[in-house]
Amino acid sequence: MFTYTIRRLMFAVPTLLVISFVIFALLDLAPNDPLGDLPLTIPPEVREQIRASMGLDQPFLIRYLLWLKQFFVNEPLNIIEQLFGITIGDGERMRVLSWATRSPVVDLIVQRLPQTLWVVGMAYVFGILIAIPVGVISAYRQYSIFDQIGTFVTMVGYSVPTFFTGVVLIVIFSSYLQWFPSIYDTNLVVNDWSSFVAQVKQMILPVTVLALYNASQIARFVRASMLDNLSQDYVRTARAKGVKEKVVLLVHVLRNSLIPVVTVIALGVPTIFSGAIITEQIFRVNGLGQLLITAVQGADIPLVQTLTFIFAVLIVLFNLIADVLYGILDPRIRYD
Amino acid sequence: MAVLAETQNTSLKGKSMRKFKILLAGTVAALAMSGAAHAQRGTDGDLKILFWQAVSTLNPYLSGGTKEVYSSSMVIEPLARYDETGALVPWLVTEIPTVDNGGVAKDMKSITWKLKPGVKWSDGSDFTAEDVVFTWQYCTAPDGGCAQKAQFEGITNVEAVDKQTVKVTFSEPKYYPYGAFVGAQQPIIQKAQFKDCVGAKAPGCTSANFGPIGTGPFVVKEFKPNDVITFTANPNFRDATKPAFASVTLKGGGDAASAARAVLETGEYDYGWNMQVEPEVLATMLKAGKGVLVNSFGTQVERINVNWTNPDPKLGDKRSTVEGGKHPALSDPAVRKALSMAIDRDIINEAGYGEAGKPTCNIVPAPDAYISTTNDWCLKQDIEGANKLLDEAGWKKGSDGIRAKDGVKLSFLYQTSTNSVRQGTQALVKDWWQQIGVASELRNVSASVFFGGDPASPDTFQKFYADLEMYTNNFDGTDPEKYLAEWLCDKIPSPANGWQGQNIPRYCNPDYDKIVAELSKTADLKKRAELAIKANDMLTAEGAHIPLIHRGQISSHSATLVGVKMNAWDSELWNVADWSRKK
Repeated sequence: MFTYTIRRLMFAVPTLLVISFVIFALLDLAPNDPLGDLPLTIPPEVREQIRASMGLDQPFLIRYLLWLKQFFVNEPLNIIEQLFGITIGDGERMRVLSWATRSPVVDLIVQRLPQTLWVVGMAYVFGILIAIPVGVISAYRQYSIFDQIGTFVTMVGYSVPTFFTGVVLIVIFSSYLQWFPSIYDTNLVVNDWSSFVAQVKQMILPVTVLALYNASQIARFVRASMLDNLSQDYVRTARAKGVKEKVVLLVHVLRNSLIPVVTVIALGVPTIFSGAIITEQIFRVNGLGQLLITAVQGADIPLVQTLTFIFAVLIVLFNLIADVLYGILDPRIRYD
Repeated sequence: MAVLAETQNTSLKGKSMRKFKILLAGTVAALAMSGAAHAQRGTDGDLKILFWQAVSTLNPYLSGGTKEVYSSSMVIEPLARYDETGALVPWLVTEIPTVDNGGVAKDMKSITWKLKPGVKWSDGSDFTAEDVVFTWQYCTAPDGGCAQKAQFEGITNVEAVDKQTVKVTFSEPKYYPYGAFVGAQQPIIQKAQFKDCVGAKAPGCTSANFGPIGTGPFVVKEFKPNDVITFTANPNFRDATKPAFASVTLKGGGDAASAARAVLETGEYDYGWNMQVEPEVLATMLKAGKGVLVNSFGTQVERINVNWTNPDPKLGDKRSTVEGGKHPALSDPAVRKALSMAIDRDIINEAGYGEAGKPTCNIVPAPDAYISTTNDWCLKQDIEGANKLLDEAGWKKGSDGIRAKDGVKLSFLYQTSTNSVRQGTQALVKDWWQQIGVASELRNVSASVFFGGDPASPDTFQKFYADLEMYTNNFDGTDPEKYLAEWLCDKIPSPANGWQGQNIPRYCNPDYDKIVAELSKTADLKKRAELAIKANDMLTAEGAHIPLIHRGQISSHSATLVGVKMNAWDSELWNVADWSRKK
């Protein structure tokens, strides 16, 4: 298993390099322009100078190599310096700078991460907590009223887009009932009971929207996997031996059914980091998803490039984790 | 300087006199109540502002975007700015320099600003002429990529005569000398803070760019780029009784409709910038009674540019260039006029702009002294007249209902940027043109591509690979000289200049060039207005473009907020120091 993991990690390096090149090339070919949002009163000569100050006057390959150096050498060195409080070399090195804010991209990402992890991560956890019992009961009582309702709700939750559910919830709970705020306050510091209540209040709507979506997806997997296992021979044997129904269901069937579900959940983790772009935009959570979408709209290429590349790393990494977990959970699978 | 300048000047004097008297009265009252005035600063709590496009930096010299200019205007200020009527107001100076008060040299080659005494930066240090000089050096430094560099064009030197006096020297006589350091685009930054951030080093100074030290009513407390900014009242602000608010939270992100909802319907925010929302949606939100809309008209005009050159793809590299030849159909003045006559601007305004627009036939729609009524025939739709005009010009309707002459069909490609209001306008116009036998194919391009100006892209508005295209343009401040110079013959975009010219219609008329040249040599404000009107009339009459809507800026604020003076000439937040909460 260990050699397998090492081998996979080695393979990941060229894969990621190719991915970074493809992203860079795609962004470069896209007709977006970082100056597109500027007022037309800024004359063309000045625009040309602004472009040059962003390094856009350099050829494509030079810009790519520069980004590689900034991302793989300068940024890690900078992190090491900050962690240990030391200075390597003269400490003056070019970091990956966003074109819109003119500040280091990594700092922006670090600033946005907590919101995304709290809101989108919490929604993922809630989604799983709801999905597993719903999936189990639906499968165990297949075609019962609970199953029918569960199937209906999960199908709706899965097919109705979040930009619709989000706005509906705002209109009902913010505009009409005025229970929850429609705008997320990223400055809120939780240090006492009332600020904690405020934090919970502002998280309820976005978390609900996302949890409904996540739960629907995972619940369908749990149900299908449970149904597969319920008709297996070992279930009949267990029942014939006189094992209690509760034990049959929760110990034998659920454990075996969770093997594919765990991999699905692991593969979904990178999407937490990429944030829920639309939901973050609607509730102004201003996490990584909102950062990515504003960067895309403003053609802030260094930021888009760095963010998408980090997502690519996470996807490759969690694919590996899912494979390894599969091997650990299912002793029949051996990679070596 | 003639009558107009004088009247403006005396009214300014009058105003500042009045202000002075009020101030005096205020100080007396403050002395009488011993410190009661001091309690006024910061008594109204937190002001919550919502910008649906988030602010990326607080250094307007590095961004140039409207959202950055507006948000930074609460912190850093220019020497003089425009009030809500478009008149110049001395801000960090004692008076507006003119030839009469000796501030502007007789030969128009220099202007001298006298700084207000006693103004302090928020860190407590003195605001001096050195800071003004430094601001000029900062923006004109090579490799700095300063977005406002054009405002400093033609300036050979800025010098500090003494601590309170700044002299700006021009290379040639500048007949409208109020360009540099005037308006929210060019605030004064502190030399002590930015001295190591000049030129290529500018973007690296993140903490300075995110938290400039200013002379304005508020100080940056925390800046989260593209998200939220927290300001607190400036303890060293020159007016001890202001600002009324103790802090400001400026949140960004989302979309215009939900921003309107947060101010007008849920009341979570006090002020919402740029309510670009369909009029009927706003009307329902206003029914909640929590907020009001405010608008102000600057110089923005939504227009359809007419391509005077041939955009035929068969021409290859010569497409849409002067070398490619004249447009086969649009070079006929009758066609250009008929296209304009067929449009009902009132309906376009009602459907897409509401309070935020009014129909116009001018390309220079404001200020008042520059408004022309010569071409107001276009305000009334005249389908019949347009048909007659085309008939007379020899454009005959074919079996498909489309007019043609000598094998050239009146069938046009009409493009604009992607935006629901613009697509609505396109559909309306297409229908009216159909009624005069003109076919049009509609196309829309993503705004970041259309306005991006990438020379490699065929879809930019500069390349104009279409017959007609629609967008909005305007000019900074109140003087249209630079703007009218955009239609000069030598400003035509072409492959030779990397498609960089601003004369998008490729209009070229030596008579027009003469008027603009004369304008740049005229000091008298009344004469300037006459010339500008003449140039404006010529552009519309000749059909360089079809003006549609004079667009205003529309924002919303809570019913509990008082003191908002919506201003399209400067930053919308220009008088934020005077805002307060209704008691």
